[in-house]
Amino acid sequence: MKAPSISESAPSPPRWLQPVFMLAPAGLWLLLLLIIPTLIIFQLSLVPNIRPGDVVNPSGLDNYWRIFQPESFPVILRSLFFSVGTMLSCLILGFPVAYWIALFSPKRWRNLLLIGFTLPLWTSTLLRSYAWISILRRTGVLNSVLTSVGLPALDLLNHPIAVLIGMTYSLLPYMVLILYASLEKLDRQLLEAAADLGATPTQTFWKITVPQCLPGITAGCLLVFITGLGDFINPELLGGTSSRTAARLVYDQFLGATQNWGYGSALSIILILVVSLAIALLIKYGDKNAKSL
Amino acid sequence: MQSPSKFHASAFFTALMFGFMYLPIAVLTFYSFNEAPNSAQWKGFTFSWYIKFFQDGRILSALWDSVLVASLATGIAAIIGTLMAIGLARYQFFGKKLFQGAAYLPLIIPDIAIAVATLVFLAVIAVPLSLGTIVAAHVVFCLAYVALVVSTRLANLDPHLEEAALDLGATPFQSLLFVLLPQLTPAIVSGCLLAFVLSMDDFLISSFTAGGGVTTLPMEIFSRIRTSVRPDMNALSVVLMIASAGFALIAEVICYRSEKKRFQ
Repeated sequence: MKAPSISESAPSPPRWLQPVFMLAPAGLWLLLLLIIPTLIIFQLSLVPNIRPGDVVNPSGLDNYWRIFQPESFPVILRSLFFSVGTMLSCLILGFPVAYWIALFSPKRWRNLLLIGFTLPLWTSTLLRSYAWISILRRTGVLNSVLTSVGLPALDLLNHPIAVLIGMTYSLLPYMVLILYASLEKLDRQLLEAAADLGATPTQTFWKITVPQCLPGITAGCLLVFITGLGDFINPELLGGTSSRTAARLVYDQFLGATQNWGYGSALSIILILVVSLAIALLIKYGDKNAKSL
Repeated sequence: MQSPSKFHASAFFTALMFGFMYLPIAVLTFYSFNEAPNSAQWKGFTFSWYIKFFQDGRILSALWDSVLVASLATGIAAIIGTLMAIGLARYQFFGKKLFQGAAYLPLIIPDIAIAVATLVFLAVIAVPLSLGTIVAAHVVFCLAYVALVVSTRLANLDPHLEEAALDLGATPFQSLLFVLLPQLTPAIVSGCLLAFVLSMDDFLISSFTAGGGVTTLPMEIFSRIRTSVRPDMNALSVVLMIASAGFALIAEVICYRSEKKRFQ
């Protein structure tokens, strides 16, 4: 061994000190900058925002009731619409990709194909969204192509469709990775057996392939849903003022024009709760291996 | 098994999706060399957009702030995250599951919620916002990524090597430093690269914890592209993409090599 010579005389620290030494720094950091802050915004969310002349409501749930008022409820629904829409389009577009890579692509290319598909994830989120502005705007790439073949130009930028495109683009690689992990473990003998017993490819697909990778589908969908729910950049850059989402509403309560920390905190707590619910479902029904992604 | 037509369909579709993934990157690259500032038509090749942002003092200082934040946050996260991953793998104690949950929470909780919580906390304890507060906030999520990558590797290690070191008279500290750490290095490095890139990319948490004096690169980019399409931003995108793709490839190669070694 290459143990240095000073070691022999060095006294070993007491046993209980080792776990403390390893866990305390990160533990303190998390406690100070994650746990306590979250508890504080929970407390703040229960403090009613009292403006001059307001009748004080002692319930403290004012900030939560406000979420269901017509000024903000549509924004919450829009967030849900975007994240569910993104989840569905990622599943529909991602499944065939994961399916082909896992089942049909040449074996030694598989890693390379996966890396290739996920490489754009490493580039700046802002700039990827910005690239879609260049593609979708009125004088952009898409319209140049459309008009050059005689089709009418489309006004997609500042439209919910642009947000869905941008979000799908951002989250598709995650979906493909998770679906791949689950399709790779598919029992091929079952597929062959089904074919031998006279099942059509369609029957095999729906009766063997899909049920077997259902945990992977669940995991992929929930992860895309969770990430999409908190997306700030795509709705902000691609959707325009009519596509504001919950994240933007929260942002406004702190850094924007409408300063209301209590209300912003209540919205954040709701976001955390929805995400926690999704995680609970993920732990219960999701793919054990996909979770580590 | 599958009919050949189906094979072709999904292969064709996959190719199409690869096109979808690389279309925005191709478009940015195309625009960055295009002399026409605002059109999809090719007006001639130019490097001027690249020269423009390399002379842009605000971009360069934002870039410097971002690199500084990402390096410091990654460095701190590498040390305390690795220790945490080892500690969590090795010891059983009351509240361990809770600890683990808290450590990985930043991977899933929306950035906006973390950003809000950090801002409110800093206001409550009356710490003025600065570069330091951005770093402190970034460490939280960098920590999670480093710990995730390191603990995956730890789970696949041979525990006998460390036991052997202890039997042969090494102190626990020595076995950590000379036996465990070298085996973990590839994981730590790829975790750090991931954390660094994510810290460089973060917009929301930085915006909430930066205060007036500091502007990170994503904050600067955001304030510019929100108002209009800017050709020099295309050039900046290309440079950043090449840099982060380089990071990604290094991380992948390190992971791939250490995997390969393990199965030999």
